[in-house]
Amino acid sequence: MDVQTWTYLIVGFTFTLYIGIAIWSKAKSTKEFYVAGGNISPIANGMATAADWMSAASFISMAGLIAFSGYGGSVFLMGWTGGYVLLAFLVAPYLRKYGKFTVPEFIGERFYSKTARLVAVLCLIVVSVTYVIGQMKGVGVAFSRFLETDYNTGLFIGMGIVFFYAVLGGMKGITYTQIAQYVVLIFAYTVPAIFISLELTGNPIPQFGLLGNVSDGTPLLQKLDTVITELGFGQYTNSVMGSKLNMFAYTLSLMIGTAGLPHVIIRFFTVKKVSDARLSAGWALVFIAILYTTAPAVAAMARLKFTKTIQVDKVGEVSGNIEYEKRPEWFKNWEKTGLLKHEDKNGDGRIQYYNDADKSFASVASEYGWKGNEMTKVDKDIMVLANPEIAKLPGWVVALVVAGGLAAALSTAAGLLLAISSSISHDLLKGIFRPEISEKQELNASRIAMVGAILLAGYFGLNPPDFAAGTVAIAFGLAASSIFPVLMMGIFVKRMNREGAIAGMIAGLGVTLLYVFQHKGIMFIPGTSYMGGMEDNWFFGITPNAFGAVGAIVNFVVAFIVSKMAKDPPEEVQNLVEDIRLPQINEN
Amino acid sequence: MNDQKSEPEISEDSSSPLGSGMTRQEYWKKNITCVLSLLVVWFVVSYGCGILFVEQMNKISIGGAQFGFWMAQQGSIYVFVVLIFVYVRLMNRLDREFTGTCQNEEKVQTKGEEQS
Repeated sequence: MDVQTWTYLIVGFTFTLYIGIAIWSKAKSTKEFYVAGGNISPIANGMATAADWMSAASFISMAGLIAFSGYGGSVFLMGWTGGYVLLAFLVAPYLRKYGKFTVPEFIGERFYSKTARLVAVLCLIVVSVTYVIGQMKGVGVAFSRFLETDYNTGLFIGMGIVFFYAVLGGMKGITYTQIAQYVVLIFAYTVPAIFISLELTGNPIPQFGLLGNVSDGTPLLQKLDTVITELGFGQYTNSVMGSKLNMFAYTLSLMIGTAGLPHVIIRFFTVKKVSDARLSAGWALVFIAILYTTAPAVAAMARLKFTKTIQVDKVGEVSGNIEYEKRPEWFKNWEKTGLLKHEDKNGDGRIQYYNDADKSFASVASEYGWKGNEMTKVDKDIMVLANPEIAKLPGWVVALVVAGGLAAALSTAAGLLLAISSSISHDLLKGIFRPEISEKQELNASRIAMVGAILLAGYFGLNPPDFAAGTVAIAFGLAASSIFPVLMMGIFVKRMNREGAIAGMIAGLGVTLLYVFQHKGIMFIPGTSYMGGMEDNWFFGITPNAFGAVGAIVNFVVAFIVSKMAKDPPEEVQNLVEDIRLPQINEN
Repeated sequence: MNDQKSEPEISEDSSSPLGSGMTRQEYWKKNITCVLSLLVVWFVVSYGCGILFVEQMNKISIGGAQFGFWMAQQGSIYVFVVLIFVYVRLMNRLDREFTGTCQNEEKVQTKGEEQS
C-alpha cells in the first residue's frame, strides 16, 4: 500500500474512534459539561492533560526549533515541563479545593469583584483564541500536505470532528477523546524516533541514543558539533539563545505561563479530590516527559542526518557536496511544498549548505568556490514530518505521524474551546449578566457558546489575522503576566485585596503588551511598531517572547503597593482563602 | 448548584483529644516549607545547572554529552517528574497527620457555607 492509502486508513480510523467516543460520552449536566462530572481518575486525567497540553507546536515544531537552535532551544524543554512543577505545587490543589468550574470564577470570588472576573475572562479569551488559531492552521496544513485535499476542506473536516465531540460531550467527551489522542500522538512520535536512533547510534531508546556514539565511535553530539562548525554554524551544544539573562527570563516566562494557562488548569477540576489533583499533575508530567525527552534526541539526530544528506563527504572537496540531481526522494517532496528551497548560486550542479552569515567563514567558503548558502529555505517545521521519510521508514509510519499531528492539534483545540465556551456561558452569562438562568438553560448556552467558539476559530483558521504569528509571545506573555500572579496572590497572600489584584493585572498585562507591540507592531500589524529608534530588545536584551516574566514582576510589585493603600478583603473572603489551603477531610 | 459536592464536612462528634495535635497554621507552615524546599531543587536543576552555571557543569560529561547541556535538555525534566511525586507523598502524609488531628480535636472550623 502507498503512503496515501495508509494515511486515509489510519487517519480515518482515529477519526471514527473520536466520533464513537463522542456518542458514548454525551454530557447530561453542567457539571459533566464543565468538569466531566468531577470523577476522572488521576492517571486518566494526567493522560488527557498531556494531550490537552501538547499542541501542534509541541508535536510538529518543537524538535525542529531545537534542531536549529541547539542548546538555546532548551528553554522550551525546561519551560514547558518545569511549569508543571509550579502547577502541582502552587495552583492545582488549591483551585481543586475551591471546587468550582472556571478560573475567572475563582478570581472573581476571591477578589469579590465582577471587574476582576471580567478582566480574567478577557485575558482567557485572548490567550485561548490566539492559541486555537495555531491549532486550526495545523489541522488544515496537515490535511493539505498529506491527504491532497485543499487547506479549507482540511480545516472544515477538523472543525466537524471537534464540533461533534466537544458540543455533545463537553469536558466529558473531550477528556475521553484526549486520552485516545494521547495514545495516538505518543505512538506516532516515538516510533520514528526509535528507528532513527537505532540507525544512527544502535540504541533503540532515543533518550540514550542522544548520549551514544555514532558508527565511527565518536559521541553523537560531538560529531554533530564537528559537522556543523565545519560549515560555519555555531556549536550545537553551546549556542546560547540571545544571552543567559534572556534564556533565564524566557524559561521563567514559559514556566509561569504554563501554570497560568486556563485550559490546563481546568483539567484539574475533573478529578475527585485535592490529593488526586496533585497526583494527576505528576502523571501529566510523566506523559509529557515521554515526548519532551524524545524531542531533543530527534532534534540532534535530525540535524545531523539533514546536514549529512547534503554534505555527504569532506568539506571543501567537490565530491563532498551532493549533486542536485541525486538528491533523495523526500527532498523532492518537500521542495514541492515550498518549505525546502535550493538555488544553485555557483552553478556547479551541487548543493552547498553552510552559514554564509558568518564573516570569518566567508573567506574559507570562497576558497572552496562557494558563492553563498544554496539552501535558501529550510523550514524548521519539516524536521519531525520529514523524519520518517529521511529514515526510509515504511508508509504506515509516515501515515501514523500525520494522524499524530492531527491528534495533537485537535486535542489542544478542544481543550481551548472548552475554556472559551465555559468562560462565556458560566462567567459572562450565568456569573455576570443573567444569574437567574436554570442549569438546563446554562447547559444549552454552553453548547451554543461552544458552537460559536468553533466557528470563530474556524473563521480565523481560514483568514489568519496578523496576530496569529505572535501566538507564543501573546499567549504565554498574558498568562504569565496576568493570570499566574493573580492566582498566586489569591492563594498565598490572604490580605491581598480587590484593588491590588486588579491594578496588578492591568499593570502586568499593559507592560507586557507594550513591549511586545513595540517590537512586533500593534496587534502584530506590520509597520505599526513604535519607538523605532530604540535598539532591538532594549530591555537588558530580553526578547518579547521572554518578557512575560518581567510583566509578572511588575504585576506583583504594583499589586502589593496598591493593596497597602486599600482596605483588607472582607471576612468571608479571608475565610475562603483559609479554606482552600486546608486538605479535604474525610476523603472517600 | 455549581459546587462539586465531594468533601463531606468534618465530623463533630470527636471526643478524646490525642497527642500530636496540629493547628491549621502549623499545617500551612509545613506545607509552605515542603513546597519551598522542593522549589529550591527545581531551581537548582533547571536554572542553576542548565543556565547559570552551565559552563562549569559542562566540564563533567555524562555518556557522550556534557552534563550542563544534558541537564538543560533531559536531566531537569526527569528531576521535575520525581519532584512532583515526592511532593505528592509528603503532602499525603501531612494531610493524614492533619486530618487525624482534626477528627480528634476539632481544630478546624467547619467549612464556610459558601460552598452550598
